[in-house]
Parts: sequence; structure tokens; C-alpha cells
Amino acid sequence: MKVGSFDHASPGQREQWEAAASFGHVATSAALDLSHGVILYLDDISVSFDGFRALNRLSLTIDVGELRCVIGPNGAGKTTMMDVVTGKTRPDSGKAFFGQTIDLTRLSEPEIAHAGIGRKFQKPTIFEHHSVWENIELAMKADKRVRTALFARADSAQRDRIAAVIDQVRLTAATSRPAGLLSHGQKQWLEIGMLLVQEPKLLLLDEPVAGMTDDETARTAELFRSLAGEHSLVVVEHDMAFVRQLGGLVTVLAEGSVLAHGSLDAVQEDARVIEVYLGR
Amino acid sequence: MLLHQPSAVPRLLAATPRAGWIALAAFVLVMAVLLPASRLLLPEASPLHVSDYVVTLIGKILCYSVVAVAMGLVWGYAGILSLGHGLFFSLGGYAFGMYLMRQIGRDGSYHSDLPDFMVFLDWKALPWYWQGSDSFLWALLLALLVPGVIALVFGYFAFRSRIRGVYFSIITQALTFAAMLLFYRNETGFGGNNGFTDFKRILGYPITAPEMRLMLAGLSALLLMLTLVCARYLVTSRYGRVLAAIRDAESRVMFLGYQPLHYKLFVWTLSAVLCGLAGALYVPQVGIINPSEMSPANSIEIAIWVAVGGRGTLLGPALGAAAVNLAKSWFTVSFPDYWLFFLGLLFVLVTLFLPQGIVGMWQGLRAQRGRKRTAEPTIGSDQGREAQT
Ligand SMILES: Nc1ncnc2c1ncn2[C@@H]1O[C@H](COP(=O)(O)OP(=O)(O)O)[C@@H](O)[C@H]1O
Ligand SMILES: [Mg+2]
Repeated sequence: MKVGSFDHASPGQREQWEAAASFGHVATSAALDLSHGVILYLDDISVSFDGFRALNRLSLTIDVGELRCVIGPNGAGKTTMMDVVTGKTRPDSGKAFFGQTIDLTRLSEPEIAHAGIGRKFQKPTIFEHHSVWENIELAMKADKRVRTALFARADSAQRDRIAAVIDQVRLTAATSRPAGLLSHGQKQWLEIGMLLVQEPKLLLLDEPVAGMTDDETARTAELFRSLAGEHSLVVVEHDMAFVRQLGGLVTVLAEGSVLAHGSLDAVQEDARVIEVYLGR
Repeated sequence: MLLHQPSAVPRLLAATPRAGWIALAAFVLVMAVLLPASRLLLPEASPLHVSDYVVTLIGKILCYSVVAVAMGLVWGYAGILSLGHGLFFSLGGYAFGMYLMRQIGRDGSYHSDLPDFMVFLDWKALPWYWQGSDSFLWALLLALLVPGVIALVFGYFAFRSRIRGVYFSIITQALTFAAMLLFYRNETGFGGNNGFTDFKRILGYPITAPEMRLMLAGLSALLLMLTLVCARYLVTSRYGRVLAAIRDAESRVMFLGYQPLHYKLFVWTLSAVLCGLAGALYVPQVGIINPSEMSPANSIEIAIWVAVGGRGTLLGPALGAAAVNLAKSWFTVSFPDYWLFFLGLLFVLVTLFLPQGIVGMWQGLRAQRGRKRTAEPTIGSDQGREAQT
């Protein structure tokens, strides 16, 4: 059965989504083409807010299966970069491609989500009155029409899938707990689980360990490392210990463009990086 | 903590499924056996004999309970506060009332084939929308369709324009108010001020016979049970979980790929249809329907029943409707002038001190007792909440 429903959305549905996403493009989404081993291309992207350049000719690429950290001082444009990728903000100029063929600047937010880019916001947006299980169920890739929802009982494949995701984000013991009663760290994991069950190819995570305990941070790093390979991840983070635990390549943003790129040790020795960021 | 907020998963009043079945069986026994037996078999002198007044009061309250459960579905589980549900109830009542008027036949004061008020207005023939109203089944169908179609059309435009919260409530008040003004007009063809009354028969049987009253009360009980079963099915289905999620964070649900419009529209229309059916059963029991049933205050009262009983619970609204209306029948006899003050006070008190109504209070007490017994914080224990399968 065909799942999701963005691509056979009626004009009315599109209208509504687009009203919510507040832009007006209707674009047909091509299939994701990863033949060159690159999942995300950002090329020469600029974004201005009232004349202020939040992104200034930013270019970067993410490889398939990569775990990439993006660091940089406050206001460097990290969140804005994610907004561009997820369609929340339109770039003034530049190109943004998902794989070889999908032009992100022409898709609406729901279309981008449906194409396979999942985003975790800084503030978790879980359903507090629903249990962990129900939260994952709500997010699951499935037929989402009323008719189906009225008669749907999760089949065993779906139940296994939900249980597997709950296990993956280490919430098995809290499966039936209302999400509102979870600890801060558990809420973040639940939200990651809600992304995973949508089977995204690329995951964008904005400050995922903010407010977590050291133990939760370490476990989150472990989780992300286990996700790399099957998924590609872009993690924005301030916590250097966490970035070190992740172990991937690091991109340093400053004033809206890439300042340095390489291993964490290499960028930490870069004089320009020390100046704008580490040596603050 | 969150324990006392409306839960996404329905809570039933009954502690266990078995207690629920026992309560249901007791209810059926009372309505189907004990009530008829005590009305028909016991002599009037017996202390256990119930009067026609009581039978009708029970039937009436059961109809109100159906409305309350229907309202609880949209308010408690979808977060849509309608202050116009009295309209759907009245429309169902008027639809079936047309049939009751036709069943009077030539026994009216003017001995005409036309209802008395039409003769009085000097109308010579039935208006087009009265065609077919002599058919019982057509009248029942109208009692379903008219509220249903009006709710569907109204809901489509309101939800599509993303009208929410207090704006939605105000528009529903305006809707029922406008309908009331329309029905007050004689030219509308529904008896104006006086509405419909002086009913004589249903399907040829006298409407005031004790058997008929018992039958109507029994049907009201059946409708309430069906409504509860249907509501329980809905809120425990995946549909119900999506609906509760829409209530809590609509845009998030939209981004997960759901269509909130369709989800809301379904429960909204279903709720209106249930109110219409309740209205159709209510009118033959009370013997009258007039435009005052559509007054904004009536619809507000429905919301109060739900608040008193417990929003976000299934049985709560039914209990709230029963409690408030029993109090009302006592007050309006003993202190007729003070009923509205009391109702207002009740609403304020419940809002301040019992945000989860009677059922919430009861559950709170039960949880407290359970906590003492197990001497363990409930936060980790998740009693009774299991993964949905
Ligand atoms: N919607 C907006 N309107 C105006 N200015 C914005 C908006 N979003 C971000 N900015 C500005 O753009 C710059 C980059 O912000 P952001 O991407 O949030 O940085 P980071 O996430 O790296 O801290 C900041 O100076 C911020 O104030
Ligand atoms: Mg940021």
C-alpha cells in the first residue's frame, strides 16, 4: 500500500499545507538519487534578514551515511542553515539539493519532510498526553486518512517496527508512560524516535543534548553513532565533549559561512577558529 | 503533575472491565425490567411504584446524557468547544416533531389535515419541506440528516478557515441564535413561537400511554448505550489518538502527514447526528418543541454538563447531564428563581476546583487511595496503561 499522502494530496490539501508553511511553490518531487555518494549539497547559499546576512555564501556537502557536527558561535547561522534545508526559510540565492535531483528550494516543508529529511528542533514537540508508544505510532509512516485510522489496528509488522524504534532510543522501559512524565533527556530521545520511525534519510538535530545530564549525553552520542551509516546526520552542538564523543568530521560556521572543516582536533588548532570561537 | 489533565487515552469510570460490564448489566436490568415492572405491575399505592412523571424524567435525562456524551467527544477529545450543540438537538427534535404533528391527523382544534398552526396562518397546503413528513422513517432520517448536513457544511468552512478556540465557540453561539430567530418566525413554517405540541400518536399508538412512555425511555437508554459504545470505540482507535494529538498540537500533527480538517469534521458531524437522534427521542417524551430550545443559553448549559461530569472522559458527561438535570428539576420546583444563579455558581466552582469534573475527582481519590496502599509514587507505575495493540 502506498504510504503517506503528500504526493497524492488534493489541491485543497496542498493549499492548506502551503498556507501553514507560508509559501507558494508546488513542485513535483523527484526520486532521491544518491549515486554520487552525497546526500546534501548547499552551494553558495545566502539568507538576509532585514539586510543582516545570517548566511553568507555558505557551501557545504554531507556524504551518505556521514555523521557531521556543525559548531560555531551564537548567531553563526547554524539554525538558519537547517531552516533552509527544511524549507522553513527560503534562501535569497544559492542552491540546496537533496541527493542529485531534489531541489529543496522548490519544495514546501511537508514535502521536504516527506522526501526524507527529518528535523529535531531544540525544544521537543512530543505529545505529552500520549504514551511513548502512541507518540511513535502517530509519527509512523502509514496511511493517515480518517477512514484507515478508524479501523486500523497496528499489524504485527508495525508493532515490531514501533517496538524496535522504542528500543533503539532506549525507552523500552517507559513504553506505556505518558510522554509528559518522561525526563528531559527521555523526551529528546522520544522525539528522535518519532523522527526515526518516519525513516528519514537525512536527520538534522539542533542542539540535541542541551540540558541533558552527562550520562544522557554519552548515551545520545552512542545512539547517533549507531544511526550513522544507515542514516546521514547533521548535528549542531555547543557541547565540545559531546562533539568529541560523536567523532565525526566538524564544520565550523562563523558569520554565516564555513570557517573551517576537518577533524575536531584539526579545527581546534586552527588559528581563525580559536580567534572567533574557541578563544572567546 | 499531568495526572489530572485530560488523558489522550480514554478513562472509563469503571475501575476494571468487569466492573464496567456489571454496571452495564445493572443499567439494562433497571431500564428494561425493573422500571417497566414497577410502573405497570405494582399498584399505585406501592412505595416502589414509579409515576409517569418519573419515567418521563428518566427518559428526558437519558436524552440529555446522549447530547452530553456527543458534546464530550468534540470538546474533551478534539478540543472543539461548541456552544451551539442545542441547535443540532433541536433540529432533530423539529424533524421528528413534524411527524408527530402529522400523526395528530384531524384530531386538532380545526379538524383539518393540516397542522393547526398552518390553518391559523390560513395556509392551504403543506410547504414543500413538509412533504413526506407523515412517514416515520423519513422523519427519523431527517432527524439524522438535517443536523448532520448542517454540521458538515458549517464545520467544513470553519475548520478549513482554521477557526479555533473562542472564535469557534462564538460562531456556534451565533449559529444557534440565528436559527432560533428564524424558527420564531411564523412564515418559517414550524409553528413560530409555540413550536409543535399537543402530540397524539406515534405509529398510531397513543403517545401518553404508560407503555409508550416506557418504550421511549427504554429507547433513550439504548441510544445512550450505543453512543457510549461508539464513543469508546472512537477514542480508543488510532483515529482517537490522532484526534487527541490534534487537540494538543494541531500543526505538529499536520506535519506528521495527517489532515486535521478531515479528522475534526468526522467527529463534529457524528456528534451533531447523535444530538439530532437524542432530540428526536426527547420531543415525544416532553410533548413539545419550540424555538427556545435553540436559545444560546441552552447550548451553554450542555457545555456545563460536560464540565461538571468531566471533560476528556466518556461517562463523565453523561453523569454530569444527569446530576445537573436532577438538581434542576428539584430547584425549579423548590426555588424556581434561583436556578440560573445556582447553575452559574456551579460552573464557576467546577472550573476552579474540579477541572476534571466529578469523574476526575473520583479518579483522583482512587489514585490517592491506591498510592497509600502501594506506598509507591504513581509516576512510575502507569497502572492500567498498556501499549495499544
Ligand atoms: N527570523 C529571523 N529574523 C531576523 N533575524 C534572524 C531570524 N532568524 C535568525 N536571525 C538572525 O540570524 C543570525 C543567525 O541566527 P541562527 O541561525 O539562529 O544562529 P545560531 O543557530 O548559529 O546561533 C542571528 O544573528 C539571528 O539573530
Ligand atoms: Mg541555534
